[in-house]
Amino acid sequence: MITFIPRDKVSKNWLIIAPILSIVFTIFFGLLIFTFLGYNPVETLYQIFVSPFSRIDRISDILVKACPLIIIGTGLMLCFKSNVWNIGAEGQFIMGALLAGFIALSFPNIETKFFLLITIIAGFVGGALWAFIPAILKTKLNVNEILVSLMLVYVAMLFIDFIVRGPLRDPMSFGFPLSKPYPEGALINKIPFPGIGFLGQLHYGIFFVFLLIPLSWIFVNKTLSGFKINVLGSAPQAAKFAGFKQDSITITVLLLSGGLAGVAGVIEVSANIGQLQPEVSFGYGFTAIIVAFLGRLNPVGILFAGIIIATVKLGADNAQMTMGIPKVVTGLFEGILLFFLLTGETLQKYKVKWSKGKK
Amino acid sequence: MAKKELNVLLKATKICKSFGNFVANENIDISIAKGQIHALLGENGAGKSTLVKIFYGVLQPDSGSIEINNQKISITSPNVARKNGIGMVFQHFSLFPALTVAENILIALDKKFKFSEVVNEIKKLSKNWELFVDPFKLVSELSVGEKQRVEIIRCLMQNPNLLIMDEPTSVLTPQEIKNLFKILKKLASSGCSILYISHKLEEIIELADKVTILKSGKSIATIDAKKTTTNFLAETMVGKKITELKKTIKTKTKNIAFEIKNLDKEKNHEFGISLTNINLQVNYGEILGIAGIAGNGQVELMEILSGEVNCADNDQILLDELPIGKTNINERRKLGIETIPEERTFHATVPNFTLSENTFLTYFFKYNNTKSWIINLLNNPRNSLDESKKIIKNNDVRCPETDPLASQLSGGNLQKFILGRSLANNPKVAIFSQPTWGVDIGAATAIRQKLLDLSQSGKAVILISQDLEEIFELSDKICVINQGVLSKIFNVREITATDVGLLMGGKSKEKQKMESIK
Repeated sequence: MITFIPRDKVSKNWLIIAPILSIVFTIFFGLLIFTFLGYNPVETLYQIFVSPFSRIDRISDILVKACPLIIIGTGLMLCFKSNVWNIGAEGQFIMGALLAGFIALSFPNIETKFFLLITIIAGFVGGALWAFIPAILKTKLNVNEILVSLMLVYVAMLFIDFIVRGPLRDPMSFGFPLSKPYPEGALINKIPFPGIGFLGQLHYGIFFVFLLIPLSWIFVNKTLSGFKINVLGSAPQAAKFAGFKQDSITITVLLLSGGLAGVAGVIEVSANIGQLQPEVSFGYGFTAIIVAFLGRLNPVGILFAGIIIATVKLGADNAQMTMGIPKVVTGLFEGILLFFLLTGETLQKYKVKWSKGKK
Repeated sequence: MAKKELNVLLKATKICKSFGNFVANENIDISIAKGQIHALLGENGAGKSTLVKIFYGVLQPDSGSIEINNQKISITSPNVARKNGIGMVFQHFSLFPALTVAENILIALDKKFKFSEVVNEIKKLSKNWELFVDPFKLVSELSVGEKQRVEIIRCLMQNPNLLIMDEPTSVLTPQEIKNLFKILKKLASSGCSILYISHKLEEIIELADKVTILKSGKSIATIDAKKTTTNFLAETMVGKKITELKKTIKTKTKNIAFEIKNLDKEKNHEFGISLTNINLQVNYGEILGIAGIAGNGQVELMEILSGEVNCADNDQILLDELPIGKTNINERRKLGIETIPEERTFHATVPNFTLSENTFLTYFFKYNNTKSWIINLLNNPRNSLDESKKIIKNNDVRCPETDPLASQLSGGNLQKFILGRSLANNPKVAIFSQPTWGVDIGAATAIRQKLLDLSQSGKAVILISQDLEEIFELSDKICVINQGVLSKIFNVREITATDVGLLMGGKSKEKQKMESIK
């Protein structure tokens, strides 16, 4: 039998050594698997780990890819901290993008960038409304939020599919399921760098992340509401004893996380796509769950976790494109990386004991 | 010497067991004679449970040896223990409520039996040992005392030479305890040794032949239980002199501080207890003790008293004749009612929070007087650091560092902190649930003294406790809760422990009903 015994103290050295060891193990097993499958192991690892950093525009692509992951992950952090299991961020992302898109397409000639503020608020509202459904069902009828939020993802996917094929389809799209392009006022531009021009796809949406990380840190650690969230997650009975209203906390975190997922949807569509299409998300809402936990439910941690996950995703794309490695193989590699990162983190906190006890 | 050794059933030498850095057992020697009742005494956390779990094969010792009948054996599992004639009755029973007594016993047997054989055996054993239970009754319909009897019968089915009982009396009424002792004595006289674990001194003197005292994982003395006193045992167990409680003459008043009128509350989940027609009054300068066996509605009553759960009607609870039945817990704190729940961790405190954060937990509303939402929003635990330091200092809370996590404190110190945190709000009415449960004697005495001081300074105190000694020592008035029904309130001088015991077992329910109708 294997038992995990908590360590008395987490060694400071191991905080640094553990992630490095995790990477070393990942590389080792990656080499083994790629060799075994007949790919050039060094080349593959280069594509996954190094090529995303090989050019400055590629680095900026990492940030672009990490942007929605970090925004959604920060919202999910609030839920997971208070033991509310919202796993439907993907659906909230879509509904946020959809409501904002509807507003944007209603003003086809608008040019002022202040309009963006309205679309972002619309995105927040769209995502929050979608999260309000599991929130109200959980608090009023005690329905499990995991099931409701997850199932609503599929409803949202089919709904946006219907909208872009029906009501919002561009008559000029030659039958493709696409909306009209967004007006200028609803687009998030790329950031021009003097003398260099654009850096890949790097857009102004990234500033939202830079704003969100410190704000959410303050919210969680320095405000009464953040304190309530922490108490509810650590000891629900104690939250009752302190007179905190569990239901209103549950509703608040679901609305906030849904809203943030919605905002991520707006930014993704306004910056990278520019119109509505059947698929606006590429599993961001689900990947962000991993990001939130890999970042230890801490805003700064989520920033780094988002960047790590984005790097590996991009690297995997590179490996697919340049070497023809199938997606399942790179997916396997991502799994190995996560496995070792989480193992490293667990072993920092726990000692493993093997005993021969029969059970 | 050799002759004496023949008489020894179980002999353990130099037993060591540690969990991480925590040493639970350190070089413990103990030898249990045949047919003797051997008590194991010690405070909570002294290592009693660890030691008996080693004997029963649940835990493996790090080092040391165990001999049974002069033969060295290693007890690698409870199976091995049972084969060697060791049976154990745990503090928390392991019975399936939906099965009958006979079925419960059948599934736990190592050897295969026919159902009819088991029934016959149960009938025989219950007759021989006066362990009366009906083999066809569902376990969910049994009282706690009866469930314990089922556990004992289950052990006796294996013909044990040694029966280990872990704190068996903590859930029993005085009458049930008396019955249990009779059975244990009879068992011992028939040759079965009994290892009896307890921290109740009187019990040990009444029951045991020998007593081994454990303190901080070491065995510090083995003495003849028949030739010792409770005081001596207590001092050896704690390692210092026990200070007696100081009682001064009280300034009793006839002013009703807190009152509950005709309160009914339907249970809110399947295993809860419904409260029926609760009436109680407590005056300023008075301690009202509410006795009762755990699980008779204390938790539900406490939720109502604290304001965690509201009454249907505002008039059902009165503070100074002011109706407060619908106020929440923080409004009641502001009105001067402080409650201390039974669970110290996860309810009264958050274990992975620091003491200042835990102070903030019940203190934050003090900062929320301002209308500014910015200040309310930024109201955070750092504001409570001074307050928590004051509580630590005034209440002699011993901390490993300046602002430790609640989980770093021992049970007694944490309880002193919780008490201090409530008293810092200077309440008019203080309500405590099991305030000294699982707390070492030193801290328990300090906590009881605090309760007495409170009532002597004119506050009203309600004490819900399973510990009858505590109830009688502190209370001015006593009532008993049984199955969600509160008995009449008695003056402490009008009632004996036996009466309270009967009420706890629900024996005079009819009589009570008659009285409440009047």
